Amino acid sequence: MNTLLELQGVTKSFRGLKANEDIGFTVGEGEIVGLIGPNGAGKTTLFNMIAGVFPPDRGTIRLSGRDLVGLKPHQTCAAGIGRTFQIVRPFPHLTVAENVLIGALHAEKKMHAARTRAAEVLALVGLDAKAAQKAGTLTLPERKCLEVARALATRPRLLLLDEVMAGLRPNETDQMVAIFRRLNRETGLSILLVEHVMRAVMALSHRVVVINSGRFLCAGLPADVVKDPRVLECYLGGED
Amino acid sequence: MKRTALFVLIGLFLLAPLASGPYLLSLLTTLLTFAYLGQAWNIMMGFAGQLSLGHALYVGLGAYVSAALSLFWGIPPILGVFPAMAAAALVGSAIGFLSFRFAVKGVHFTLLTIAFAEIARLTFQHLSALGGTGGLFLPVEARTGVDLIHLRGDPRMFYYVILAMAAALFLACRALMASPLGYRWQALREDPAAAESLGVNLLRVKLAAIALSAALTAAGGVFTAFFYNALFPDQWFGLGYSIEIILAPIIGGLGTLFGPILGAILLTPLGEAITAVTDGLGWQSAGIKPFCYGVCLLLIVKFLPDGIWPAIRKRLP
Repeated sequence: MNTLLELQGVTKSFRGLKANEDIGFTVGEGEIVGLIGPNGAGKTTLFNMIAGVFPPDRGTIRLSGRDLVGLKPHQTCAAGIGRTFQIVRPFPHLTVAENVLIGALHAEKKMHAARTRAAEVLALVGLDAKAAQKAGTLTLPERKCLEVARALATRPRLLLLDEVMAGLRPNETDQMVAIFRRLNRETGLSILLVEHVMRAVMALSHRVVVINSGRFLCAGLPADVVKDPRVLECYLGGED
Repeated sequence: MKRTALFVLIGLFLLAPLASGPYLLSLLTTLLTFAYLGQAWNIMMGFAGQLSLGHALYVGLGAYVSAALSLFWGIPPILGVFPAMAAAALVGSAIGFLSFRFAVKGVHFTLLTIAFAEIARLTFQHLSALGGTGGLFLPVEARTGVDLIHLRGDPRMFYYVILAMAAALFLACRALMASPLGYRWQALREDPAAAESLGVNLLRVKLAAIALSAALTAAGGVFTAFFYNALFPDQWFGLGYSIEIILAPIIGGLGTLFGPILGAILLTPLGEAITAVTDGLGWQSAGIKPFCYGVCLLLIVKFLPDGIWPAIRKRLP
């Protein structure tokens, strides 16, 4: 398996507080990697650096060997990164279809081709019935779906999912998991997901990376990682 | 229903000069000028979400550039409009670029637009070559005939010129709204961070909105200069004028195509009525018009924050 995303020695501080320290891991082409860790472990900070919201203080982030550090979000999007936001950010006054269209316009320059792509992606995530509705009227699970659809419409090589399952009911989670599995199988889409819903992490991830207090803790197969005493300790607290 | 209403409106505007005297015709010309300028401003604010409170800057630039070219080099406004638009686009882009470079956003960006308009006002006040505070005047010849090249002629010609400009801008905005650029503008307006994550180049999209809005506003300035023939920096670059430009689209409906037109249809006659009443009563009326506009704005913001047109559209079948 070729390496798609490669992080090395990624470090970031905010006013002296180390959010990420010396983090390194890879995501292979066609791989689904779950990134877990307790609240405040630095997962969203890491996502923001991969997506170009801000650069790391040190370290490298490469996509297929290309350095992403210093690129702006629209440039990392062009490089093949698609992302969702932990706190959903729909364009509320635009329709669901128009929301996805804006993502699709990144992949397709022609208006009608972009509309077609938007419709396909909406059907894929099961939002096609709501296409004409204003995005501001959607329920939270629907908004999460919209986030995913919009990011998918840009035709990313690597999809960054920031807690898209949070707030979904178990059956909705399973539907979402099925969608990502299908995408991964059929299009070879690679996914890096930050997730607290273990049901989704276990079902989706080929591999799990654990970070704690901004540092890399361990990585491995999902079934192994959840049994690792170090992981249990960081979630439940050890007896120091 | 909407289509019928539109055709009736177009028909009324086309036939209006046949039934109106000089006063009504000049009122309608003013009305259409504000509809045009409001539409041009709406590209920046209504579509792309960038609030400019200094759009008089672009009207003034268009007016002064075209008037100076015509007075000093004999370049007719039909050619002068292009450098006028280019100058405004350049100034607008410079403001946009500076604000982007130094991350000046939101309210502070708006203050910057006011500052630049004020700088222009003070600069033109001291440009004695262009008349300074004393004003710059275009020669007024007999108001007859039709000379579109020099923009001289019958008041009806002026009316039809601004009607054509307003109609063309309406159609252009409609096409823009459905174009990739139009959707990127709306994404920028709704949520810049989300837009950027979907590959929207914020700087490019923002500059496009400012440059286009500025250039189109300047074209309105060229028309206005040759319609009124007298340019004074205090009026043409003044904050009061900037605010007057934006009232129609806000009251009519931000980001809508009919908003600026509807707003102008409601506001211009209101302004004239207020002037007529206060003049009739013999009051010193300098502050009354802006006061009434302010009351209108308050009522709209309180009861119809999206503007009048969206409220009407909801009730249309």
